[in-house]
Amino acid sequence: MISDWLQKIGHRLLSRFSRVGRGSLFLWQCLLSLPYVFTRPMLLIRQLFYVGVQTLLIILVAGVFVGMVLALQAYIVLVDFGAEESISLMVSLSILRELGPVFTGLLFAGRAGSALTAEIGLMKSTEQLSGMEMMAVNPMKYIIAPRFLAGIISVPLLTSIFMAVAILGGFFVATEMLGQYEGVFWSQMQAKVDFYEDLMNGMIKSLVFGFVVVWIAVFEGYDCVPTSEGLGQATTRTVVHGSLAVLGMDFILTALMFNV
Amino acid sequence: MNTRNLEILVGAFVVMAILAMVMLSLKVSNLASYGDDGNVYAVTAQFENVGGLKVRSPVNAGGVRVGKVADISYNNEQFTAVVTMQIAGEYRFPLDTSASILTAGLLGEQYIGLEPGGDEEYLAQGSEIELTQSALVLEQVIGQFLYSKAQEE
Repeated sequence: MISDWLQKIGHRLLSRFSRVGRGSLFLWQCLLSLPYVFTRPMLLIRQLFYVGVQTLLIILVAGVFVGMVLALQAYIVLVDFGAEESISLMVSLSILRELGPVFTGLLFAGRAGSALTAEIGLMKSTEQLSGMEMMAVNPMKYIIAPRFLAGIISVPLLTSIFMAVAILGGFFVATEMLGQYEGVFWSQMQAKVDFYEDLMNGMIKSLVFGFVVVWIAVFEGYDCVPTSEGLGQATTRTVVHGSLAVLGMDFILTALMFNV
Repeated sequence: MNTRNLEILVGAFVVMAILAMVMLSLKVSNLASYGDDGNVYAVTAQFENVGGLKVRSPVNAGGVRVGKVADISYNNEQFTAVVTMQIAGEYRFPLDTSASILTAGLLGEQYIGLEPGGDEEYLAQGSEIELTQSALVLEQVIGQFLYSKAQEE
C-alpha cells in the first residue's frame, strides 16, 4: 500500500526530470540546427509571417488600449497630488519597463505559441515528422529551427511596436481627453526616461521572454503525446507554462536589472 | 499566399518595428541628449547638503537648462557633498557664479540653479564653484520655525 504510494511519487518525479532533460537536449539540437536556417532564408521568412505578422494585429489593439487605460488611471491618481503633468512619465516608464515586454510575451504565448505547438504536434500525430526522417530530411533543421528563430526575432520587434503604440495611445488620451499640452507630455517623458536604463532593459527582457516562450512552444509540440487528446493538452500547457514563465522571469529580471 | 506578398508583409513588419524603435529612442527616451556629451565642460561644487538631488538632475541658469549633474560624491576631509556638473560648451559663466539647489514646485524634483556673478574670467573644465547654497530640507525649516516660535513666547 505505502510502497504503491511511494512508487507514484517516484514515478512522477522521474518523469518530470526526464522531461526537463528532453527539453534541454531539444534546445541544444535546436541551437545546433540554427545555422541551417541561414542557408534557406525563405523558411525563416515564411515563419516570420506566421509567427510575427499575424500576431501584429492583437499587439496593436492591446497596445493602444493599455496605453489609453494607463493614462486615465494615472490621471485619477496623480490629479489628487496636483501632479497630472507626470502622466506621460508614469505611462512611459510602466510601459517600457514592465507592461510592454510582459504583455507582448503573454499575448505571444497565447496567439503564436499555441499555434506553433498545435502545428508541430499535428505533424507528429500524422507522422509527417517521422516521414521526413525516412526521407533523410532532418525535421529539426527543416521544421523546428526556422520556427524557433522566427519566434526569437519576432518578440522584440512586436514589443517595440507595442511600446510605441501604447505611448501614442496614452498621448491621445492625455492631450485629447484630459486636455494636457503636447509639449508637457513629451518633455516630461524625455527628461526622465533613460535610453539604456529603461528602454534597453525592456528590450533585453523581451528577448528573454521570446526565447523562453518559443522554446516551450516548439518543445511541447515536438514532445506531445501523438493523440488528439495529447495534442490538446500540449497546447494548453504551452499557454499556461509560457505565461507563467514570462511572469516568473519578469520578476527575476526586474530584481536583477533595477537593483531595488 | 505567394512568396512575393509574404515577403512584402514581413518587410513591412520589420520596417514598422524599426520605426517604433526609432520613435522610442529619440522621442521617448533621452538618447538624443547622449550625443552632445562631447562638447561639455565639467565643473564641481561643494554643498553641505544636496537633499534629493540625483545624477542626471538638470542644471539651470535663468530657467534655461544648460547642463546636467554628472556625479555626486562625498568629500571625507571637508565633510561636504561634491557635485560634478556637465555644462554645455556653448554656455559660459563668470568665475564667481553661485550655485544653489532649488526645488521645482513645492515638493517637486530638485535641480541646480546657477546665478552668474560679475567676474571677467569664465568657468572652465575642472574649475570649482565656491559660492554654494544647500538644498532646503523641509524638516530643518519646520524645526527652525518651531524653535523661533518657542523663543517668541
